[in-house]
Amino acid sequence: MVGKNPENISALQTDQTKALVRNLDFFYGDNHALKDINMPVYANKVTALIGPSGCGKTTLLRCFNRMHDLYPGNRYKGEILLGEDQKQSNILSKQVDPIEVRMNIGMVFQKPNPFPKSIYENIAYGLKIRGHSRSFIDDKVEYSLRNAALWDEVKDRLQDLAVNLSGGQQQRLCIARAMATDPEIILFDEPTSALDPIATLSIEQLILELKDQVTVLIVTHNMQQAVRVSNYTAFMYLGRLIEFDTTAKIFAKPAVKETADYVSGKFG
Amino acid sequence: MIDQPIKSTLAKSKPSNLVRNLQEKLIEFLLFLAASSSVAITIGIIYILISESVSFFQEVSLVEFLTGTEWTPLFADAKYGIWALLAGTIVTTAVALFVAIPIGTISAVYLSEFAPEKLREIVKPCLEILAGIPSVVYGYFALLFVTPLLQRFLSDLPSFNMLSPGLVTGIMIIPFISSISEDSMRAVPASLREGSYAMGATRLQTAWSVVLPASLSGISAAYILGISRAVGITMIVAIAGGLQPNFTWNPMESAATIATFIVSVSLGDLPHGTIEYQSIFAAGITLFVITLITNIIGHFISKRYREIY
Repeated sequence: MVGKNPENISALQTDQTKALVRNLDFFYGDNHALKDINMPVYANKVTALIGPSGCGKTTLLRCFNRMHDLYPGNRYKGEILLGEDQKQSNILSKQVDPIEVRMNIGMVFQKPNPFPKSIYENIAYGLKIRGHSRSFIDDKVEYSLRNAALWDEVKDRLQDLAVNLSGGQQQRLCIARAMATDPEIILFDEPTSALDPIATLSIEQLILELKDQVTVLIVTHNMQQAVRVSNYTAFMYLGRLIEFDTTAKIFAKPAVKETADYVSGKFG
Repeated sequence: MIDQPIKSTLAKSKPSNLVRNLQEKLIEFLLFLAASSSVAITIGIIYILISESVSFFQEVSLVEFLTGTEWTPLFADAKYGIWALLAGTIVTTAVALFVAIPIGTISAVYLSEFAPEKLREIVKPCLEILAGIPSVVYGYFALLFVTPLLQRFLSDLPSFNMLSPGLVTGIMIIPFISSISEDSMRAVPASLREGSYAMGATRLQTAWSVVLPASLSGISAAYILGISRAVGITMIVAIAGGLQPNFTWNPMESAATIATFIVSVSLGDLPHGTIEYQSIFAAGITLFVITLITNIIGHFISKRYREIY
């Protein structure tokens, strides 16, 4: 169990910390949605956020790329420190430009959301924003599509509209799009909840392969998925982080009763 | 045992059933009449347009009508070349769209993507009031305010010209374009916008490269509707554009449009059945065909670029 000192658990690990959530509170207007969250995110590992609906797991995920800044009335308190060796900057600070944060932290959404453009243009979108050259973008599009196991399926129709792909292909395209800009962390918000079991499997496979290149944070309502893809799991309930540990421990020997009840299916 | 009471209720309710059924049928018939009246009126209008035009085209050849550039129905040597009116219609419409499309689209982008909710609630009704001002008022606004204003910069601009009513027509159709475009931009799902922001895009980049393409069908429908409106605008051009048919592509000259010709001739006292009288219907059917074609194009475009999210 983490409690107030996430440093305690990182001391137990040899893994490097990529980001550190410290004393994070979040408010939707008057609604106190996250309460004093403390947890580490380890570099090149997959960390799953689980918990019943409304527990705040997606809210926490969307703090990492300042998505809440898009809507008025939202407020952060506390810190998310980004970068290795603890000399990090707080990405929630008002001095930090949210666009700068999103340049380094990618996101894949619940429902595949390809832009109404060609397959090529979808991948090139983030690269164009960053001002890369045409030849760099061409190479990167191919690399990212290969990386997302999509190249062979789409290489002959890069100029076709991305919305004509199947749901699973669209989601892999969205992953390729997010990975094309070499983010430090990639956030997945229930990435398979709109997909069939076979497409789900291929996305999970992809996530496992991605962690060599990037740090992954994934929200899932599917506990088997957390077991299959993640190294660490955070269990949240009613806006609080109840327990954070290795996935093996959370599912085999959880320290807190609520965690045990949830992972054994007694509620949620 | 059970048969008995059922039989008796059936027997008792029979007359009231009959009345009720009759009432239902009557009401249904009235509703049908109301619903079909608009169809019947449309068919009636088309019938009159066509039948009067047919007698017109028995006197004037279709080729002369479609290729001629002089429109002088009241002269001794009457000429019926629709291009004299069509040119005026096209020029005023083009001037109007030149104003309305950029301003309408930009206001729509601003209101949908940038404006804070409170400002939007104030600006949107103000824009929509523009469409509610009677077109006669716009006509005098063009003649007595915009034309003198333009004459300060363009000293050889005549008092009656197509530029001024074109600009004012453009102002009048801004709300048609902005309102429909804005609705279709706001219908773009938040997940697409968030996807763009999550890539590190700014608001402008998101609006320009994600929201605009996603709402293309609604925006093109808005443009087409704007064109249909501008083509049919009558009062503004009739008041400020001069009523003389004039084959010219220069907006600084005065000219008549198809719609203003119909107004000016139907105000006179032409006897029924004369060719001059029938020329109104020939002009009218031309206007009808233009609007029909733009609507069909609009329908085609919005199907072609139908949002697929």
